Order: sequence, then C-alpha cells, then structure tokens
Amino acid sequence: MTNQPYITCRQLIDFIADYLDGTLEASARREFERHLGVCPSCVAYLESYRRTVALGKAALKPTEDAPGPEVPAGFVAAVKRALVEQKPAT
Amino acid sequence: MSGTLPSVEATPDGAVEGLVARLRRGDEAAYEELVRLTGGRLLAVARRMLGGEDDAQDAVQETYLSAIKSLDRFDERSQMSTWLHRICVNACLMRLRTRRRRPERSMDDLLPQFVEDGHQRTPTRAWKPEASAGIEAEELRALVREKIEELPAAYREVLMLRDIEELDTEQTAEMLGLTPAAVKTRLHRARQALRTLLEPTFAGGRE
Ligand SMILES: [Zn+2]
Repeated sequence: MTNQPYITCRQLIDFIADYLDGTLEASARREFERHLGVCPSCVAYLESYRRTVALGKAALKPTEDAPGPEVPAGFVAAVKRALVEQKPAT
Repeated sequence: MSGTLPSVEATPDGAVEGLVARLRRGDEAAYEELVRLTGGRLLAVARRMLGGEDDAQDAVQETYLSAIKSLDRFDERSQMSTWLHRICVNACLMRLRTRRRRPERSMDDLLPQFVEDGHQRTPTRAWKPEASAGIEAEELRALVREKIEELPAAYREVLMLRDIEELDTEQTAEMLGLTPAAVKTRLHRARQALRTLLEPTFAGGRE
C-alpha cells in the first residue's frame, strides 16, 4: 500500500476545489493527503489557494465606512416613481 | 445560499406580511416599503459587482422594475430576498457585459505550469502571513479588487457569482448558460489565476 506511487502535483492541484468542498471521495482524499505529506510545494500551493479565496471574499465585503443597508431617501423616491410609471393603467 | 441577503420575511416588525399581495395589486405604498426593506442589501450587491454608485443604483432600479413586472412568476413559498438577489446579480451581469473592456490577459500565463512528470515548473513557496506582507488591511482589499478586475471576464463572472455572491454551482450555471462542470472548472481556474496575481505580494515567506 505504501509502495503505491503518489499522485502528481498536477493531479493534486486539479483536485483542490473538490478537496476544499469536501466532495472528494475517501480514496482520492487519502491520496491527496498522502501527497501533501511528502510535498512542501503542494502544501504551500493549497494554503495560498485557500487564502486567495478568503482574500477575495474579504475584499468585496462591505467595510464599516461603506454605506450601510440604509437606502438613500432620494433613491427610494426615484424607484417608486419608476415603478408607478411602469404600472399598467387599470 | 448563505446569508448574502438576510430574509425579508424575518424582519422583526413583520412588515412584509401581505406585501406580495399588495405589490400584486399595484399598491404604491407597498412599492416604497419593498425598496426600504430590501434596497440597502441590493445596493451592496450592485456596488461590489459594478463599483460605481450611479451604476449600482441604476442596476437596482432595473431589478425592481423587472421583479414587479414578473411578480406573477414569483413563487410565494420562496424568499422574496433570494429572488430579488438573483434578479439583481443578473442585472449587474448584463451591465458588466456591455462595458467595453480592455484586452484580456491570457489565462495560460495565470495558471500553474507543470513539467512532464507532473511537478510544478517552479515549486510554490509558502506565503508570508498578511501581518508581515507590509500592507495595510484596506490597501490589501483594494489590491485584491484590482486583481479580480484583471481576470478575464468569463472567469471573473464565475468567481463573483460563486465566491462572492455565494450562488451554488447549479444557479451559476443557469445564470451564465454553462454546464455545472464548466462552472466548476472556471471557478477553480479563476481562483488559481487570482492566486498567481496575488503571489508577488505574499511571496518570500518561510519555506
Ligand atoms: Zn506536489
């Protein structure tokens, strides 16, 4: 069992999204983790991939000084007007 | 979908009780109530997808106009907020697609390169922790947004819908006219490309 060849770095990187989603089946997951055990490059790649996803989410989350969920008053009035105009005459 | 828009139905004052029925009757006060209750969240979605405030407000207005027009297709067992969110994401996508874009980078340059035996051409080195990358939090967020903008549109769209708006694979596939398998592949490539673009900021950490 331990003599089995390792999956390649290319294969491991292909599986990362499924690995992080938890959708890899048990045997593929074992092979994925066995490769990580011997490959610092893939460990670093996986970690930087994970951080990239987190950084993307964080970059686009509203900050504290961004306008909050309150709606600008002029906007409410403008949309209401547009909706009333669109309303088919009854 | 996880918490992009808290449900309108869960507002504590129960203000949405009967709102759909009133909207269907064309009640003007109901229009106003709808925008007050849901507008802030939709504007936040449009701002992060489009950037500018004017564009965001236009897209959200469009969202309400098309939502009210197709109100008879709204299934009352589903959440008004979820329904509006999807219409809004779609309105933003349409806008993004009509913007003229600069020539796009080749995706091949942004994906990892391998040698014949399946090893990476250049092994990946561990990234520095954010705290020691010498960049302020707000500066970093701006940098990441800039790098997301650099992704080819077909990849950026999938990244936005899946990772930022948190639509699932099926919903994203439907909205973009792709197969679920293509959505998965594009998302993975988009993240890899973004990783490559961020690498210079974090490279040179300890082995
Ligand atoms: Zn490896």
